[in-house]
This record gives sequence, structure tokens and C-alpha cells, in this order.
Amino acid sequence: MAKIVGGILTSHVPAIGGAIARGQQNDPYWKPFFDGFKPVHKWLAAQQPDVAVMFYNDHGLNFFLDKMPTFAVGAADLYRNADEGWGLPVMQAVGGAQALSWHIIEHLVGAEFDITTCQSMLVDHAVMVPIQLCWPGAQPWPVKIVPIVINTVQHPLPSPARCLALGRAVGEALASWQGAERIVVLGTGGLSHQLDGERAGFINADYDRFCLDQIGPNPDAIAKDSALDIVELAGTQGVEVINWIAARGAMGADVRELSRNYHIPISNTAAATMLFETGSSLRAAA
Amino acid sequence: MSIAKAQTKERGGKRAIPGTPVFDGEAAARGYALNRMCYSFNDAANRAQFLEDEDGYCARFELTPEQREAVRNRDVLAMIAAGGNVYYLAKLAGIFGLNVQDVGAQQTGMSVDAFKQMLLDQAED
Repeated sequence: MAKIVGGILTSHVPAIGGAIARGQQNDPYWKPFFDGFKPVHKWLAAQQPDVAVMFYNDHGLNFFLDKMPTFAVGAADLYRNADEGWGLPVMQAVGGAQALSWHIIEHLVGAEFDITTCQSMLVDHAVMVPIQLCWPGAQPWPVKIVPIVINTVQHPLPSPARCLALGRAVGEALASWQGAERIVVLGTGGLSHQLDGERAGFINADYDRFCLDQIGPNPDAIAKDSALDIVELAGTQGVEVINWIAARGAMGADVRELSRNYHIPISNTAAATMLFETGSSLRAAA
Repeated sequence: MSIAKAQTKERGGKRAIPGTPVFDGEAAARGYALNRMCYSFNDAANRAQFLEDEDGYCARFELTPEQREAVRNRDVLAMIAAGGNVYYLAKLAGIFGLNVQDVGAQQTGMSVDAFKQMLLDQAED
């Protein structure tokens, strides 16, 4: 039987990809953020997951406003990265866990989530930066992915509560998957930041602390706010925390926090990384 | 959290968050041509064509006069007022080598150094 080994939540700021390309991980500006991945690397080396189920938002690489799904699930056997227009190097493609994708799709539609399915999908920095952070320098990438895209671009966004419910339904699908894979759940984006408007540069450390403290034991406390509440509290792009909420849902009811890191600023963002062990791992270890 | 209620005002039946564009259906409809042009800048050949003939490129995407003026003036707030979404506008900014601190500085009326310092000053001990 497949096993959900744990979850990783992390910022996906494009500038992190630039810092990796330039080898700046130990520069004073970057080191406090990259150091947050040391426990993640140690844990991944021990856990050796085969598949990463990734909740993220596309930033105008794969999806344009002509067709903007609220929730989209990748169903490809390969996902290519591509030029996003502002200079990040194009990363090597990542394999897709295609059969698991269709299992998740079957389960989600069965649970009345009316998702979009994508047999061809480009993945942007919101996938490639976290993969580089988790498995630096690895070629080929050691995991296959199931990408799950949440609309954070065009309002109305899905409610945070609906994102949590989606994540929980994905978690049920993973629990019933008969494959032998070891699965890690990723949620990317956030925390507080705002790129646009006169409030550009807005960061809210108090709200971020609330999210960091609640996402493990009580994600419903974050998900009770509306998407617009979160825009106000975390910034227009800080609303990407709904990707974290969905990922947390997919980890199952019981999680134990293994590490967290929070650092202001990376680019315009309050950057954060969290690592969780999940209930199935906890039982296996007992 | 209580802060949400304190800062929010209603404007024309819609919730308005000070200094914070909410890219909703109305904005997405208004900004479609501009955002579509910016989406085309994922392709390096299109970025080169824009630099070669900005007027012709903007005309091909049928920008509104307001959008064309905002692009001509490199005015990010005006682009947003014309329906631009920052994820797409970032691709236009990238053509000019501008990053999100440059864009943030312009929108807040700060120098780029002051904007970067404002970000650093939010660091916790």
C-alpha cells in the first residue's frame, strides 16, 4: 500500500530560483532562508519519497485568462518547465505519476469536486523552485509529481474552506491508492506579500505566525476566513496560503511538526518553510 | 481576525481594501487585451518583437487607448487601473529588466533603495 510519509510547505519566490542559479545559498541575504531546508534534506534522505503531490498556483505560464480553472489536476507522464519571461533558467522536466493522477481525479469527481484535468501542462516556478529546494542538484529529479493547481490569480478564488476540503479529499484518494509509492505532499507559495498597488511591499508577521502555529494542529482556524479576508491580512499574493491549506488537508488528520523556518524578507515576501510527519509515518514508527 | 473588518470599506457594493487591487471579473474583462499581450511575453521572440516595434506590437493586441498610454509611460498603477494583473505585467517589466522591488518602488512612490529598506525593516529579531 502507498504511504503518505509527510508534508512540506514552502514559499516559491522566483528570486530563490535565481539565487540557486547563481549559487548564492550561503550569501548573508539568502542563508537564513536556505538554512531552513537542512532538516528537510535530512528527512527526505531518510524517507526517500517516490511521488510528490504538489498544490500550487500557476502565474501565467500554463493558464491564461481565456480559460482559468478554479482547481486543475495534472494527468501527464511528463511536465515541462518553460520561459516565464523574466530570466529564470528553464529547468529539466519532471516526470508525472500518471496512474495516481487518474486515481485522484476519479476520487475527486466521485466526491463532487468539479475539477479540470490536464494531460498537457507546463509547470512554472511554483513547482520548480520547491523541487530545487528539496532536491538540490538532483538529476534526474528523484520524484514524480501530481500537480494540483489552485486559482489565486482571478477572483472569485475558491474559498479557503473549499481548498481544505479539496485537500482532504486528495488525502482520502492517497490513502486508498494500492500502489507501493511513498508519497510526500507539498504546498507552495506565501506567506504574506503583495506585489501590486499602493500597498506593495505589505508583510504581516502577526498573521504569518498565526498561520505557522495553526496550519498543523488546526487548519480550519485559517480556513474559516474568506479569500478576501486573507488578501487583506496577507496581501494580494499572500493569499497563496490557500495552497498550504489544501496541502495540509491532504496530509491527513494527524501531523507532527518536525521543523519550521520564517524569514523576512526574500524579495517582497515573508518566506517560510515547514516540515511535517504524517499520521501514517507516526504509526509506522511506533 | 479583527483587522479585516477594521480596514475594509465597501465601494460600489464591492469590498475595497486600501491600496490593494482585487483582480476580479470586471478587472479581468477590462484588462483582457493588455494581459493577453503580456502573456505573449513568455516567448523570447515576442519580447524581441515588442522591443523592435512597440506601437505595432500593442496595436496587434488591440490595447485600449488607456492601456497603450499606461504601457507607453511604463506606469504600473495605470496598467492596473486599466485591468492589468501583476502576474502578467511582471513579464512586461522583465523586458525592461525591472524586478518586483523596482515595480513596488514605482507604485509606492519610493526610491528602489528605500523600498528595499522598507522590506528589510519588517524583519523580526
